[in-house]
This record gives sequence, C-alpha cells and structure tokens, in this order.
Amino acid sequence: MIFSLVITGAPYSTQCADTALRFARSVLQQGHTLHRVFFYADGVHSGSALAAPPQDEFNIPQAWAELAHEHQLDLVVCIAAAVRRGVLDSNEARRYEKDGHNLASDFTLSGLGQLVEAGIVSDRVVTFGA
Amino acid sequence: MSEQKKSFLIINRCAPYGSSNARDALDVALTVSVFEQPLSLLFLDDGVLQLLPDHNPADIAQKNLSANLAMLEMYDIDQIFVCEKALQQRGLTSESLGLKARTLNATEIADLVRKHDQVLSF
Repeated sequence: MIFSLVITGAPYSTQCADTALRFARSVLQQGHTLHRVFFYADGVHSGSALAAPPQDEFNIPQAWAELAHEHQLDLVVCIAAAVRRGVLDSNEARRYEKDGHNLASDFTLSGLGQLVEAGIVSDRVVTFGA
Repeated sequence: MSEQKKSFLIINRCAPYGSSNARDALDVALTVSVFEQPLSLLFLDDGVLQLLPDHNPADIAQKNLSANLAMLEMYDIDQIFVCEKALQQRGLTSESLGLKARTLNATEIADLVRKHDQVLSF
C-alpha cells in the first residue's frame, strides 16, 4: 500500500512528530511505500537544522534525515507555512534578505500542491496533528 | 497532472481565529480544487463558527476569514456539510450561516467520511 503522512504539530511541543516517525518506520518495515511526508503548519519546525535538543532526547529533524537517507524519502515542508515561521532554505533567505537559512538538507520547501498530489497518488494519507 | 481522481474530505473542527487551523484547511481546500479533485468540506465542533457571517477580526490583527470563505463559491466548491449537533450546541441554525451548507446528523457524517478516499482534519 502507498502511504503519505501529513504532520501539522510542532516537534517537542506535541507528541505527534515522534508518533509520525514511529509510524513511518512501521510503514516501511512492513514493506509498504511511503510516497511523501508533508510538514504543514507548526510541523515545519521538524525541518529545522538548528534544532539542538539535549543529548538524551530524541533529535527529530535528524531522525527524519536518517530515515530519508535509508529509504530515499521525499520530505516536503510547506513553503508558505515555513517562511512565516522562519524555516528558510538558501533561496528563500536570499529572497527575503535574511542573514541565514536553516532548512535541514534532506528536506525541500514546496507548495500545497505536493500535499494534494500525495493524496491523489497514495492509498492512505495519515495526518498527525497536535 | 495525474489523470487519477481521489475524493477529498476536509474536516474543520476549530474556531476561525485563535489557531491557524481554519486558514490552513481553507488553503488546502483551494489547492485540492485547483487539482480538480472531488472535494467536500465538513464543519464540526467549533469549526461551525467559521461559517458565521460578518467576522470582524481587525481588532486582533487577523485577516478576515469570511472573505476567504467567499472564495469557495468562486472555486465551485459547493459540497459543504455542517454538523447538526454542533450547531444546536452553539444556539445556531443553518439559517445563521453565511453560506449554504447541508446539515448532517452523526450517521450521515459517518457515511460522508466513509465515502471519501482521503480525509484531512484541521
């Protein structure tokens, strides 16, 4: 079965970012396809390369990056939601004349069309909200 | 663009202001519509408050969501459903709403969810 995930809750504030990661691992372990993970609303903070949690806590952006490497996942962060909240890639940093950018390298910024396309292609879209 | 069609149901459960949920849901609805996929909107719980006319959020420095809701018509989004019980609990009727919506009871809501391919909840 083809799955896509939508994550709308912030990492560390809500449990949904952890739960989504565990769900993603289970989907892959059971031999299903994970077409896309779409980060929306406060979920965009899961794509920040600047997250620096204490060492005895789960590093959510890094965990996604590792999973993405292992399974060639498409991690898409909603561009409109991200730039509002200060999650920028180098292009957006240049566009908005900001001093730095912080989108982790395994994530891409794109539009809501990527969410809808995921819905069209996938058998199941599972949302992890706050 | 994919030839394949999937039906989408977007469930709105939050008040129009106080969180970004209402606006986020509406943005997804308009995008689904651009992709020409069958789309229904369902308003539950405090989400029914999104449908009240004459919002005036300027004092809290928010954009007026009812102006955006008016775009639904422009995008030919007319499958709009509202929970009967949520209206009753808030002393509202379908006549109090700013746009045309069909009221559904719990059984009808379950049927509506069942008949859609993808359900997104905000």
